[in-house]
Amino acid sequence: MFARGLKRKCFDHEEEGDGPLAGFRAVPSYDLQRQSLLDMSLVKLQLCHMLVEPNLCRSVLIANTVRQIQEEMTQDGTWRMAAPQGGGPAPLDRLVSTDVLCRSAREQEQGQPGPEDGSFPKGFEDGPAAGLTCDVPSVTVAQAPRHLPSSSSWDLDSSRESRGSFQKSLDQIFETLESKNPSSVEDLFSDVDSSYYDLDTVLTGMMGSSRASPCDTLEGFTPLTAAPPGPGCKADLGELDHVVEILVET
Amino acid sequence: MLLSLPALHLQTSEHHPLFQLPHGRLGPWCSPTGSPAPLSCETGCGEGSWILVCRLLVPTQVSLLSMEEDIDTRKINNSFLRDHSYATEADIISTVEFNHTGELLATGDKGGRVVIFQREQESKNQIHRRGEYNVYSTFQSHEPEFDYLKSLEIEEKINKIRWLPQQNAAYFLLSTNDKTVKLWKVSERDKRPEGYNLKDEEGRLRDPSTITTLRVPVLRPMDLMVEATPRRVFANAHTYHINSISVNSDYETYMSADDLRINLWNFEITNQSFNIVDIKPANMEELTEVITAAEFHPHHCNTFVYSSSKGTIRLCDMRASALCDRHTKFFEEPEDPSNRSFFSEIISSISDVKFSHSGRYIMTRDYLTVKVWDLNMENRPIETYQVHDYLRSKLCSLYENDCIFDKFECVWNGSDSVIMTGSYNNFFRMFDRNTKRDVTLEASRENSKPRAILKPRKVCVGGKRRKDEISVDSLDFSKKILHTAWHPSENIIAVAATNNLYIFQDKVN
Repeated sequence: MFARGLKRKCFDHEEEGDGPLAGFRAVPSYDLQRQSLLDMSLVKLQLCHMLVEPNLCRSVLIANTVRQIQEEMTQDGTWRMAAPQGGGPAPLDRLVSTDVLCRSAREQEQGQPGPEDGSFPKGFEDGPAAGLTCDVPSVTVAQAPRHLPSSSSWDLDSSRESRGSFQKSLDQIFETLESKNPSSVEDLFSDVDSSYYDLDTVLTGMMGSSRASPCDTLEGFTPLTAAPPGPGCKADLGELDHVVEILVET
Repeated sequence: MLLSLPALHLQTSEHHPLFQLPHGRLGPWCSPTGSPAPLSCETGCGEGSWILVCRLLVPTQVSLLSMEEDIDTRKINNSFLRDHSYATEADIISTVEFNHTGELLATGDKGGRVVIFQREQESKNQIHRRGEYNVYSTFQSHEPEFDYLKSLEIEEKINKIRWLPQQNAAYFLLSTNDKTVKLWKVSERDKRPEGYNLKDEEGRLRDPSTITTLRVPVLRPMDLMVEATPRRVFANAHTYHINSISVNSDYETYMSADDLRINLWNFEITNQSFNIVDIKPANMEELTEVITAAEFHPHHCNTFVYSSSKGTIRLCDMRASALCDRHTKFFEEPEDPSNRSFFSEIISSISDVKFSHSGRYIMTRDYLTVKVWDLNMENRPIETYQVHDYLRSKLCSLYENDCIFDKFECVWNGSDSVIMTGSYNNFFRMFDRNTKRDVTLEASRENSKPRAILKPRKVCVGGKRRKDEISVDSLDFSKKILHTAWHPSENIIAVAATNNLYIFQDKVN
């Protein structure tokens, strides 16, 4: 749903050859490709999460893809460095909680006796801010308590690890957006008349009504991504650029 | 609660930009008896002998204004005809469905409208016009809503339309958006009572004391009006998005399926439904599979199938238990290890499932293929057709731009011998099950000249591109044929390409 506008953009980039995939096309490393796919999937999940009622089929398919990649990475040991002090490969079901997918449902179940109709996609009961600080980090931190604030959960990870820093930078982006214009975000989501599902509109509105310029957002994470070297770094940077592009696109 | 809609006066030629093209006489490919007629070189899809009958543009929103709307607005808007350049998101056709006789064709769009087209009546002097469809009725089926409890917007987009078998002069159809199914009655009126003296000329009731005589009104003929009235609204039963509705062969019940549940309804009862399938896990974190489509068996009212995002089909028998959590049959093809990739699951997700008219076969569409399953064989499909296998190397980009999640539908022809499904670049594909011929055709304004025979298209796969071939890289992925329909007994097809509806028929002699 959200991809209505996004889709075109991604595709254009892809054609121009400077999309996030261009990196691994030049260097056809399987690991890099897999990493890039994982990053892409996580971003997609995160964007799904910003929607009040995402396309469930799509979300489930993406989450399964993430699971599959993580399972494979666990098997060949690549994942271990991303997972905190876990020892051996963690059981599959703990690697990816569908947390990202099902946050609202879970919260509802905790909060209310009747979870039956707590629909998964239910939106921003806890305010729009919560919708923006996504739970993606908990995907990799299997042992972390569920409701750790996202930034602190990342402290468990080695900051030298490129994946971690990517996630962290993503958080940073969302935090930046969130802290700079909480009211505009709220306005945004309470405005039921505008095209609710159109991410372009949402994000454009967000940037437009805030005082933060796109550059501010960029500044927020640039140092972080520049710091860590690593095999997935290039792809991450590309992906990050892409995310930022999506975010600042007007 | 229900908004009554104004009856629309049919003035097709004035209001609807139609391409009405004369064409040759129809020759049946599929005999009415249902015995499959093979696609021969002369008649078959393999030779691309399809001609454009008409391109229909769904009339503008405007003609559907409710009674509260200002008359002035209506006038202004009526002059605004929907055309290619004016097409908006709301105009995009989201479903197409012939009725059981093929006389009517209904489309639903993202703006919540239903437009019904009627086939031109056959007459001796106008035999060449047979096969053309003109607008019969338009109405606003669903309006955008806001669920205040859940704080979410409910789109008005029509996800599916299903006709009920005709039982009297009126037509009935079910239309659904994400949450609510509605039963509509579409009926004609060509007479009106005249001569009441209880009201004055402006329609106000007269003071009874001034009425001294009683006059009996008479019915006088008038211009044909087609009225659409909502007869039932089946709401509040779906937490997730409804993807399918299917009328049962008992004609008394129907089912509606969303991502995680299937409900069974009686047409007469709107305030309750039976939940017949529920795959929602107690813990949503464990959710790995969703229902993608569901349909009743065409003859056995106790049997239905539903497909899943994991590429499987379950056949359930409602006689076995009230809640069909356990399937009777489970259709699944073992994965081909040589084709395994991270996208395997996504591309195996089934986007549509259809019983053949005979009820013997099931057809499923996944991202790259159409498969035909025999109800008596669960371990693999009996036929697999590649729709656009050249996209296999592009899956990563298609994942990136989300095209991989597009939900293509598929249809049978009247005799179950040919199947049709859509692709990108306004291409659609037909597969002849007997001759194993297949053809790619294009539904586009530029390439559809009056009466011209549709030229088969070819996508170039690697190597040198020959003349008339299109390279994979130049395909337009924003032009997709997701929805098509096949006339129940003749070779007439309807193909929805964004806001255009193309009607093609095979040209015989």
